[in-house]
Amino acid sequence: MNEKIAQIRAEIEQKITTMKSSSALYEFRKTFLDNREGKITGLMKGMKDLSPEERPAFGKVVNELKSWAISRFEAADAAVREAELAKKNESERIDVTMPAEKRPVGALHPITIVTQELIDIFAGMGFDVYEGSQIENDYYNFTALNTPKDHPARDMQDTFYLTDEFLLRTQTSAGQIHVMENRRPPIKILSPGSVFRSDDDATHSPMFTQMEGLVVDKGISVCDLQGMLDTFARRVFGEGVGTRLRPSYFPFTEPSVEVDVSCFACGGKGCKLCKGTGWIEVLGAGMVNRHVLENCGIDPDVYTGFAFGMGVERIAMLKYGINNIKALFEGDMRFEKQFVR
Amino acid sequence: MLAPLSWLREYVDIDVSVRELEEKLFGAGFEVEEVIEVGKDVSGVVVGLVKSVTPVPDTHISVCTVDCGDKGTFQICCGADNVRPGGKYPAALVGATVIKTARDHITPEGVMTISKGKIRGIESEGMLCSGVELGLNDDLCPGAEYFGLLVLPEDAVPGEDVKPLLGLDDFIFDIALTANRPDCQSIVGMAREVAAVLKKPFKMPDLSYAETGKTIDFDVTVDAPDLCPRYIAHYVSDVTIAPSPAWMRRYLALVGVRSISNIVDITNFVLKEFGQPMHAFDLDFLEGNKIRVRRAEPGEKIITLDEKEFALTPDNLVICDGKKPVALAGVMGGLNSEIRDTTTEVVFECAKFARDNIRRTARALGQPTDSSQRYEKGVDEYATVNGVKRALHLVEQLGCGKVSSLHIERAAGPDPAPRPLTVSISKMNALLGITVPSDEILRHLAALDFAPEIEGDTLRLSVPPWREDIDDHVSDIAEEVIRSYGYEHITPRFLETARVTAGGRADEQTALLRLKNALVSQGFFETVFYSFFSPADLDTLRLPDDAPERKAIRIKNPISEDLSLMRTTLLPSMLNAIVRNLRRGNPAGRLFEIGARFLADELPITDYPEERKTLSFGVFGEGETFFTAKSALAAIEEAFGLNFRCEADTLPFLHPGMTAAIFLGEEKIGVMGALAHDVAADLSIDKPVFLGQIDYKALESHLFGTMKYRPLSRFADERRDLALVMDESVRCADIEDAVRSSCKYVRSVDLFDVYRDEKRVGAGKKSLAFSVLFSPEDQEFAPGEVDKYVDKIVRKLEYTMGITRR
Repeated sequence: MNEKIAQIRAEIEQKITTMKSSSALYEFRKTFLDNREGKITGLMKGMKDLSPEERPAFGKVVNELKSWAISRFEAADAAVREAELAKKNESERIDVTMPAEKRPVGALHPITIVTQELIDIFAGMGFDVYEGSQIENDYYNFTALNTPKDHPARDMQDTFYLTDEFLLRTQTSAGQIHVMENRRPPIKILSPGSVFRSDDDATHSPMFTQMEGLVVDKGISVCDLQGMLDTFARRVFGEGVGTRLRPSYFPFTEPSVEVDVSCFACGGKGCKLCKGTGWIEVLGAGMVNRHVLENCGIDPDVYTGFAFGMGVERIAMLKYGINNIKALFEGDMRFEKQFVR
Repeated sequence: MLAPLSWLREYVDIDVSVRELEEKLFGAGFEVEEVIEVGKDVSGVVVGLVKSVTPVPDTHISVCTVDCGDKGTFQICCGADNVRPGGKYPAALVGATVIKTARDHITPEGVMTISKGKIRGIESEGMLCSGVELGLNDDLCPGAEYFGLLVLPEDAVPGEDVKPLLGLDDFIFDIALTANRPDCQSIVGMAREVAAVLKKPFKMPDLSYAETGKTIDFDVTVDAPDLCPRYIAHYVSDVTIAPSPAWMRRYLALVGVRSISNIVDITNFVLKEFGQPMHAFDLDFLEGNKIRVRRAEPGEKIITLDEKEFALTPDNLVICDGKKPVALAGVMGGLNSEIRDTTTEVVFECAKFARDNIRRTARALGQPTDSSQRYEKGVDEYATVNGVKRALHLVEQLGCGKVSSLHIERAAGPDPAPRPLTVSISKMNALLGITVPSDEILRHLAALDFAPEIEGDTLRLSVPPWREDIDDHVSDIAEEVIRSYGYEHITPRFLETARVTAGGRADEQTALLRLKNALVSQGFFETVFYSFFSPADLDTLRLPDDAPERKAIRIKNPISEDLSLMRTTLLPSMLNAIVRNLRRGNPAGRLFEIGARFLADELPITDYPEERKTLSFGVFGEGETFFTAKSALAAIEEAFGLNFRCEADTLPFLHPGMTAAIFLGEEKIGVMGALAHDVAADLSIDKPVFLGQIDYKALESHLFGTMKYRPLSRFADERRDLALVMDESVRCADIEDAVRSSCKYVRSVDLFDVYRDEKRVGAGKKSLAFSVLFSPEDQEFAPGEVDKYVDKIVRKLEYTMGITRR
């Protein structure tokens, strides 16, 4: 009997290491431990042929064999499964440096990106947004903005006329008048939109986008104008960027200023972007001319205000380093794809 | 505006560097666009005294010994015929730079650096220069154009730099002027501003003259005082036409005016110095000793000095003698009254003409001149009154004629004089937001000739007559004070006195941005195109003559025909962009634009036309289909919870079998489709292209719906797949509608497969597979309940549409 037990042990030991899959191992295990046909189970069944005195010792030996076999098979099974998993994992190994599978994503146009960024900045300061029409009449585009009839800015060279009365607005300032005619101070509006000038060369596009800002209330001064523009410059071009005002002329503001921001590329030391000056011209501004206020029925002795206007394309070109304004209006996919974010 | 430093120095003592002056002018509102150094290409050229000249046999060359003072004595070879011992010439020593000339020794060809060299084997340690080699001409320096060496004055000191001697150390400021300061379009005007920024006195040019000449009978009438507010005529006798003196020719040359003769040069000099255009008539040509300023007769003709003939209209102002036009007012003189070498009697014209009229005349005739451009910017009458005096002084100074007492002045208004103005200092300071110290106010306004006086809060001023831009309000004075005092004194503040306002986007603006983002999330790229397009674009779309798109608003003065119509459809711009992309080798893309269509009730417009916000999209490239393009619609449906309905449609430029009208509810809001084969062929497009356009305005009102939460059902949804076989002609949307309407528990019907197979499905048939989602309402579906609904749906489809389950 011991001989038989030793033989079973030997057989298990001998063959168990050759089992390479958990299914083969399972089949092999069944030949010993299957409830009906297993060899070890068979030994137990042979117990009935023994004498009652022999039975306890025999039972003990067979049970020992059985529990040894079970633990032996479990250990072998764990080893085989581990090997199998390792093999599966290895077979599934990938090159993680390969590119991601992307969902197609488009992009907003840089004019929209910059416009919305500006709206966000000024909305936070209490501005709401007014969008005028692209076709304007002479009064709103010029006369009401204190641009006298024989002013060079009204010349056919600059303005696209549709009829003697109607034209393509040359400035979003036209929106100022519509707003001031219909609202009373305090007024804080931002007016973005397409404007048109009869210019077409490397740096000029016959259509471009302006963003006009207007504040009218009591006690508004040049200091308030610069304070607001400083905030704008920091938010758009980065902390540490400041503004510089210098005298200029617009018919609808007085005093009028050109506003430069300190060069965000070189920090004002002078570089290619700022042409060595440390400053970049970004917008025109000024205190709303009293005639403009009067034209809108706002008493200039009670209220004052400031207005500023900037070219959205110019801001976008400065921010993103776009070198040709025409590229903004071509819809070239190579251009478009650069603004995915 | 060109202003030579040397000319400005005639009227103001400039004791700062060029750089410093540039910065001060910039701060005061005068942007110097460029500082041009007159002799920038010339360096290292000194006065050379030629000691000896030894001709080299059989050549035109001489070997010269040249004494260059403290620089040393050099042996220099020279081929010029006017070199002689004892003469002084410009000597370019080794390392010097001069203008390189072509073989003809006249034509400039860039810059060259002098090096030690050998000419015909003889060593030469430099070069003796001609005027041309120093960048000079006869106007800048008399004798400079002589074909040989430039002869320097006898008192020139050997070894000294020639640049100061020849005016080559001068600078020209190119100044950008704002439209409100026409008075600064002159040397005198700029000199006043330079004096103000430097706080130095301004020296007025000499206006004095003595009336020594004879007088004659002469008359001036102005028939159109609205176009000619002031006309001054002054008679000068005993005129001798001759070249102008060197100083005058030099100043004119520095500002780009060619010298003609003394009398003509005087008028040009006054134009540049005072900004006052003038004209000189030869009295011999003025019939009837009379000048009449009037509107031209219709069809009247004039030949101007440049020998061009113009037919005139009453919009043009002409200067006539007793019989005929002799000048086109403010633009150019007539050929028939031109100053000749033999002229002996001159009538000077010094006038102010209305700038709008001059501009229109110059533009209409395509004849802009220095004079007309000056009038267009605005001439002040102070310059008119003084310009003629200056011209008469110059006649006297040059000795080229005798000034008479015959001075006729016709003026529509009073003579220019300072205007009193009173402003409140506190109001001025309130506008600036700072308190400018009183002494600073006085100092700066005095420098600008406003003769300020302060009494309490009152600032009393006298506005100089040339400052026609001053509108007599506190803001004008605030502007003058701050530009002079300096914007660096402004202390930024953040709206301390303003009331709080609630800012932000309107619903429309928010919705528009959401719509754009929805399209972006489907792989669409936003574009912006011009608001105008070409009539040819409408032809490309094969739109018939009576198509509403043809009713486009025309620009009267377009840049070109291609940009001459306001858009009535956005699709041409989109199609053009796709063509451009394909031509540039960009094989695929999805684009959209939101822009305006300009819809006129009548043409030409008499009121604001409707600017209808419109969405267009374009999809192109291999792999794109009608249905990938339709993802633009799906994006909007998803983002705003809308359901569009497409119905087959036709358009001239779209594929007849692949065109859909897009409906929202019962309203047709747009179209989309594949580009028609013939249009694609015309444009040489060989890739699939799909275009769509949606009336955003019609869509907009549906974009404001607020999101609504539906409580989660406690009961599980059930999903069934339905594979259905039908005739090819049966439309997907009709099945979806039928399924939906057959059972109230159907929440969604999604097509997931289309299958065609003659054997398995049948000829002329197709199989569509739908995934149908059933949601229970207030109790769980009973076992088999959903299958009963499915059977009911299938029976209905079979009965009404002949559709069977596969």
